[in-house]
Amino acid sequence: MNDFPILSLLVWLPIAGAVAVALLPRHLAKVTGLGVALATLVIGVVVAASYELDGGTQLREEHEWIEAFGVHYALGVDGLALLLVLLTVLLVPLVLGAEWFKSDAEGSAGARAFFAWALALEGLSLAVFCATDVFLFYVVFEATLIPAYFLVGGFGREGRGAAALKFLMFQLAGGLILLASVIGLYVVSAQQGTPSYLLSDLQDLDIATGPGRWLFFGFFIAFAIKAPLFPLHTWLADTTEKATPGTGVLLVCILDKIGTFGMMRFCLGIFPEASQWATPLVVTLALISIVYGALVAIGQDDVFRLIGLTSLSHFGLITLGIFTMTSQGNTGAILYMVNHGLGTAALFLVAGYLSERRGTPLISRMGGLEKVTPVLAGLFLVAGLATLGLPGLSPFVSEFLVLMSAFQYAWYVGAIAITAVVLAAIYVLWMYQRTMTGPTPPEVEGTKDLGVREIAAVAPLVVALVFLGFYPAPLLDVSNPMVGDLMQQVGVHDPAPTVEHAGNETEEAH
Amino acid sequence: MEFVKPELEYAELLPLLIVLGGACVGVAIEAFVPRGLRRLPQIVLSALVVVGALVATILVGTHLDEHTGAAGATGRGLVGAMGSIVVDGPTIYLWALILVFALGGVALFAEQRLEGGVSAFTGQAAALPGTEGEREASTRGLDHTEVYPLLLFAVGGMLMFPASGDLLTMFVALEILSLPLYLLCGLARRRRLLSQEAAMKYFLLGAFASGFFLYGAALVYGYAGSVTFAGINEAVRAGADNHVLLLAGIGLLAVGLLFKVGAAPFQAWTPDVYQGAPTAVTAFMAAGTKVAAFGALLRLMYVAFGGERWSWQPMLWVIAIASMVLGAVLAIVQSDVKRMLAYSSVAHTGFLLVGVLGVQSAGELADGQYTSLEGVLFYLTTYGFAMIGAFAIVTLVRDAGGEATAYDRWAGLGRTSPLVAGAFAFFLLSMAGIPLTAGFIGKWAVFTSAMSAGAWPVVLVAIGCSIVAITFYVRHIRLMFFTDPHPDGAGTVTRSSLLTSGTIVVCLVATLALGILPGPVLDLVTSAGDFIR
Repeated sequence: MNDFPILSLLVWLPIAGAVAVALLPRHLAKVTGLGVALATLVIGVVVAASYELDGGTQLREEHEWIEAFGVHYALGVDGLALLLVLLTVLLVPLVLGAEWFKSDAEGSAGARAFFAWALALEGLSLAVFCATDVFLFYVVFEATLIPAYFLVGGFGREGRGAAALKFLMFQLAGGLILLASVIGLYVVSAQQGTPSYLLSDLQDLDIATGPGRWLFFGFFIAFAIKAPLFPLHTWLADTTEKATPGTGVLLVCILDKIGTFGMMRFCLGIFPEASQWATPLVVTLALISIVYGALVAIGQDDVFRLIGLTSLSHFGLITLGIFTMTSQGNTGAILYMVNHGLGTAALFLVAGYLSERRGTPLISRMGGLEKVTPVLAGLFLVAGLATLGLPGLSPFVSEFLVLMSAFQYAWYVGAIAITAVVLAAIYVLWMYQRTMTGPTPPEVEGTKDLGVREIAAVAPLVVALVFLGFYPAPLLDVSNPMVGDLMQQVGVHDPAPTVEHAGNETEEAH
Repeated sequence: MEFVKPELEYAELLPLLIVLGGACVGVAIEAFVPRGLRRLPQIVLSALVVVGALVATILVGTHLDEHTGAAGATGRGLVGAMGSIVVDGPTIYLWALILVFALGGVALFAEQRLEGGVSAFTGQAAALPGTEGEREASTRGLDHTEVYPLLLFAVGGMLMFPASGDLLTMFVALEILSLPLYLLCGLARRRRLLSQEAAMKYFLLGAFASGFFLYGAALVYGYAGSVTFAGINEAVRAGADNHVLLLAGIGLLAVGLLFKVGAAPFQAWTPDVYQGAPTAVTAFMAAGTKVAAFGALLRLMYVAFGGERWSWQPMLWVIAIASMVLGAVLAIVQSDVKRMLAYSSVAHTGFLLVGVLGVQSAGELADGQYTSLEGVLFYLTTYGFAMIGAFAIVTLVRDAGGEATAYDRWAGLGRTSPLVAGAFAFFLLSMAGIPLTAGFIGKWAVFTSAMSAGAWPVVLVAIGCSIVAITFYVRHIRLMFFTDPHPDGAGTVTRSSLLTSGTIVVCLVATLALGILPGPVLDLVTSAGDFIR
């Protein structure tokens, strides 16, 4: 491994690109923005290529940043971080492509601003995933909110200003609660010698039970708002409803992953005792999110609200997978993060095309497009089927692993969680039926099907969904070593199988 | 009684002497130079004096000697002027800070382009508002150039305040700093009645507060038999009789100082004065006074009453909580930018007090952990830059009636002038404590020192208040960027000369740099060391 700071390049290139886009003349801005996003994608691929499967945290960079506070500029990737980095660098160029013309729309802040903020968000999100210093993580975690706020507030539908404010207030409140815990970590770390925020140093800390649980809660609440988890989810549907579909992708598929990412990396990593202690509560909240999110999604008439609320259900499943504290559950959760990112991004973008053609986001006003625009309908169906976890598409694998771990945890937990599968079928298929099937109304006869640009923005997602559905091994290979390390840190072992093996040692999943 | 010939360490006291001497020269210019010709010499003189004092401060700071105090405590510094002025690390840092902010003040005072060729100060303060005399002064384009010597006197007081080594010097410094400010507040060119009311209010309440301070000084003298901080400290450690006298004295002295920093429940003057005073004065005052008064508060509490901190810490708990809650909550309901910034400054006073009460003895601190003094000094730095920058931008946004400070005039500003609105948003984000701005590092520093000292309830309240405070900061950002301009006409950004725009840029760069790379300044604060006795 050479010493080239490739992770720094990965993080700083989009940020520098954002500044450049903001300063360039209008006609160059969009091309430059897309170019930077694609270059970042290439760097992401290079990072993946130089990643060694069993190497733990790699490509480390570490420099003193604020010596007085024990803060380092420290980056590194492990399996979890690598997958989320890849997801991010893949989604951003697709979003930019899908929003190519829409961000110029009347009354919005202009394409240049959209591209600049999206790139800034990309860079900061990548920094979040790569940070191995809690202070650095906190700084970029909070900083992502600024581009996100301007993306929600500047583009989208009427009422977006209020939605953006609500989004920001929720997130900042969570961030400040997290700040209390981050400060607490400094105090604990200072009491036990030299203060340091490095993740590796913090994991070795001997945190007393009482303070450890309080600090855990600070972290957990912040991540539960981010992810989101019932009852801290109320900002989600409002935001996805008012924002553009592209912003929705950036928020739900990338930014919200920070929540579940953080639970795994920080809650389990630094506070294993408190995490286990809090498991009953977290599992309960996750179950409520799963069922409640799905039920509420069924009742929605706005397609973007519906997609937002399905994510509530999905994040419930991810959280459930993490807090079952088994390696299946955590592997499933990591895969779920990636697959949910792919599937929901496809759903958001296609729904965006749809509502753009019909001039309304309301499901009840749509219908009958199937025959006029078969490609659109087909992609919508594939994205929808991915969301409901159809075998053969990648979300099935992760959902299966999570549900299996839920049954291992307790049969009733698994029983409640599995209702998600049924409810998902209802909201997806019913939505498809109402938007696509039925007689074609005369006013939509001339609707154009998807153009090349629009298909190109969704096709990679569909390909990935299908490919990883049949061959999830790459994801498993990357995530398994990381989960193994994490389980060791937490200090749990998978429960022994209660049914005796029939001789061979095949893994049940694949 | 034997008369001792006073010895003055001229070299170490040079910054103070330059500023006060420069102020006297300024008065002489007023007396001997014809009215029309005074402006330029006054500006040049003030700028030179402030820069000269800054250079002198740096020189003094790099040549501080080791000092061994009465109790055997060592540190770098010098107890000068027969014990009245203490020049140590924190003093030097505060001096430099005040002088940098004073330079910003001079630049904002000298701005003439915004009002179309005249300064923001009234042509003739003595003329009643609405009279023939006022109109005449205004048509002749008169200017009160006395503001520059007044500024220098105020700066002199500010330098002396945190450097005082005894209660009497501190009181004198308090008055030197306050009286010019009372005057400056009343000199606005526009909305003169509001300005005069502000000056009157500030003066009356300030005079009361000074009375409290003096009474407290008398009581403490009664307890300790000395007015020097070293002497008081010895008496406190020895545990003299009449503990009640000491407690009452601490309380009354604190009232005087807390009034100056604008802590609840002594904050009533803040919004009115911040709003009524000419904005250039508000900017200078908000930053400079707060730095000087917190420096004085720190010295008084840590040096004189350090042995008694179990008595005053609970009081500061209450006051810090009250200031944060009151400032944050009342700022929400404001509809004027200057008043909003004033209430937010009350909240910031509370945050700073959180740092002040986080004091721990050296033995309790881990190796490499920074102290509460360092946290407060850093916070003051970040706060001052953000405040001056924000108020400087307020001077730019105008309509036909002068500065447009009402909220509805700011609606949609982000579309017409994205750069100015963006800069203002950045200052607000720094005040809100969003990461990658200086305000975040400052907040982190003071909260952490309080948490280390076990004051976690205060820290939790502080975090709650930060959430509340974010609402009004973000609401203003939303107003600027995502609200349509008011139909009755919106404020527009007036082009200023380099004086104002340069100040804004410097503040902006400082706020960004301290947020991303605070290391050098933190090292500077650390190397300043502790107070000496």
